[in-house]
Amino acid sequence: MLSRIAESLFWIGRYVERADGTARILDVHLERLNHLPMDERRRVAQELLAVMGARPQSEDFGLPELLHALAYDKTSATSIAGSLGAARENARRARETVSSGLWESLNTTYYGLSQHRKDVVGTYRFCNWTLERTAMVSGLADTTVSHDESWLFLVLGRSLERADMTARMLSTRDVLSAGMSWVNMLRCAGAYESFLRTRRAAFGDQHAAEFLLLDRLFPRSIVYALRDADECLAKLDPSAQRVGFINDARRIVGQARTFLEFHRTDDLMSELPEHMERVQKAVAQASDAISRKYFNQADELAWVGEVS
Amino acid sequence: MAAGRTGAYDEMFAPGQEARESYSEVADALRKLSLADVSARADSMARTFLDRGVTFDFAGEERPFPLDIVPRVIPADEWTVLEKGVAQRVRALEAFLNDVYDKMNVVADGVIPRQLVTTSAHFHRQVHGFEPAGGVRVHISGIDVVRDAAGTFRVLEDNVRVPSGVSYVLENRRAMAKGLPEAFGQQLIRPVEEYPRRLLSALRKTAPAGVDDPTVVVLTPGVFNSAYFEHTLLAGLMGVELVEGRDLICRGNRVYMRTTAGEQRVDVIYKRIDDEFLDPLQFRSDSMLGCPGLVNAARAGGVTIANAVGNGVADDKLVYSYVPDLIRYYLSEEPVIANVDTYRLEEKEAREYVLDNLSELVVKPVDGSGGKGLVIGPDASHDELDALRQRVIADPRGWIAQPVLQLSTVPTLGGDKFGPRHVDLRPFAVNDGDDVWVLPGGLTRVALKEGSLIVNSSQGGGSKDTWVLAGSPQVPVETLPRPTINIRERVSVWPVESNWRDRQSEQQQ
Repeated sequence: MLSRIAESLFWIGRYVERADGTARILDVHLERLNHLPMDERRRVAQELLAVMGARPQSEDFGLPELLHALAYDKTSATSIAGSLGAARENARRARETVSSGLWESLNTTYYGLSQHRKDVVGTYRFCNWTLERTAMVSGLADTTVSHDESWLFLVLGRSLERADMTARMLSTRDVLSAGMSWVNMLRCAGAYESFLRTRRAAFGDQHAAEFLLLDRLFPRSIVYALRDADECLAKLDPSAQRVGFINDARRIVGQARTFLEFHRTDDLMSELPEHMERVQKAVAQASDAISRKYFNQADELAWVGEVS
Repeated sequence: MAAGRTGAYDEMFAPGQEARESYSEVADALRKLSLADVSARADSMARTFLDRGVTFDFAGEERPFPLDIVPRVIPADEWTVLEKGVAQRVRALEAFLNDVYDKMNVVADGVIPRQLVTTSAHFHRQVHGFEPAGGVRVHISGIDVVRDAAGTFRVLEDNVRVPSGVSYVLENRRAMAKGLPEAFGQQLIRPVEEYPRRLLSALRKTAPAGVDDPTVVVLTPGVFNSAYFEHTLLAGLMGVELVEGRDLICRGNRVYMRTTAGEQRVDVIYKRIDDEFLDPLQFRSDSMLGCPGLVNAARAGGVTIANAVGNGVADDKLVYSYVPDLIRYYLSEEPVIANVDTYRLEEKEAREYVLDNLSELVVKPVDGSGGKGLVIGPDASHDELDALRQRVIADPRGWIAQPVLQLSTVPTLGGDKFGPRHVDLRPFAVNDGDDVWVLPGGLTRVALKEGSLIVNSSQGGGSKDTWVLAGSPQVPVETLPRPTINIRERVSVWPVESNWRDRQSEQQQ
């Protein structure tokens, strides 16, 4: 398939997952933010934004600004609206490749973005709506796109972004001075019920962190997402079946995953921020490596002179 | 449903407000609906178009292409004539293009002046003197046809460069099947969904010699082009890649595209870029849309470009005025569809007449498309006419003049009532070298503003679904009896006892 199209698909996967992850994080934190005193609220809003990878536009950054920056700002790639807009734009560029169901669900989502009230209550609804729409997009991608190369790029983008998002989600725990309860953290990832069934009722913070980080069966855990990404990379490049050079992207993803998996977890809680940073860095590097290997060929016009 | 009358020919109503026979099913269907029903359906059709992204790009903004709920219906006998006329015209233009880029016999034989050909803005010397791979120049064409006040079809202009609009034909039919199902009724409407298949087969057939399994691509200028939707739709329906210039690379007079698995040879390019932007080595060197080396590759026979580079000379409106002569010259046939009367302004008498009667004529630039630069005399102000007069005197080669045609009308929903609006018709033809196939129907464009004669989408035009009625029922006769379908009564279900409570109470009694 065309490199340019592959790149678009990869980014559709990433942006849709980013919108989903941001909606989950915003939803859970809004609840907490509302209970905080004014000064505290402002500090937390700014730190939350920093964890999501953006810088406040002005000094006066409070709750309304946070909502704008993470939910409604169409110009920013960290907001839900910006991500969904970018996903739709990528789908528009790859429209002849994606199924019409996938394209239409992204397109309809895009037109639905501006039909929400932008206050706190409206944002709860907006987050829920986002989760519904992204679930629909992923579902349609899984059931209406052939599971060939194009789908692999989609899933690759989705898995990498998911690892990144879960890492950010775990990092947000520290921005609240009282700390975010692990129950809320699990709810945020949609993991609460799964976790309860695995651990029964007896659990501590350690176990919850382990679950979101290391569970091999829960699809939103970091290890699971990285393994998914690794599998996609392996299928995309079947040449490296046996001994020999493994491409950069696989090496980075594999290292990040095994580092987590084979790390002694006794002191996990105290090292959590470090781990999270390592995961995010690995995702960024892997994304670069993938784009070097598969997409980077179409930067500009080139003329190869005729050889006579 | 009442429609006012103008001097124009109305496609739906014969004089006396009686619906024509071809429209009887449509009239019946609409009569049974209230205006509110019709409006609700029109709204839902518009919403579907927006969701599906059936849009055109206007000044950087995506707009849905308005589709009117009343179709344009063409009876079978009228279509037979149109089909024949369009195919004839395509064959003549094909012969003309082959000739002007080769020996120019048509000039030597005195049919058309040499100067006229060589001064055409789209006569490209870069492609002179070679026959394109596959031997076809006009693969895809759109011949614009209008109906005058007397009810006669006339050709308004030829589009053999990059005719657009066929995607709306395909989408309109889908939308109408859902929007006004009643009108399909018992009549047989000729289907349009064959188009992508026909197009792909023609493109593959004209691949360079010696290629067994040709790779076809659609070349688009990119997502900001006004017809981008059409490019994606056609590439998608043909199942081929949609490439941009930067995806292509020319090496050794062959064309390749960059894929995730390295470079892959491209054999046929369906080009949706203007010639001027196609190849920075030959045309505009500042073009970022094309791919350097394409024209050389085409000259060497390494790639088929459809439509061929240089076709624009046949679109020149002054050449248009010679097309009836070209048909007689190349095909030894009489034209099936007449031209609109056209004044050639280089001829002194004609020019003087036109300059004296500017306010009653339409004056068009010879290389304009999409209604650009056109001046309608009766609608123009005094100053506009003065400016036009100066420009015509300065460059008589650059303009033609035609009488103002009262284009035929079709009732159209505007606001909350129906009224007659002017329409034209663009039938699409696909030429595979052996046969010219004309898509039944084509794109009917409608001027949504009352009284307006300009149907272009960029100037407030919309479209109508175009129905060609089948003359004789073409239902395939089934020779074998259909196997009867067995009813499988066993349906797997999860055994849930939903009524256990009821039973319990029974037992207790």
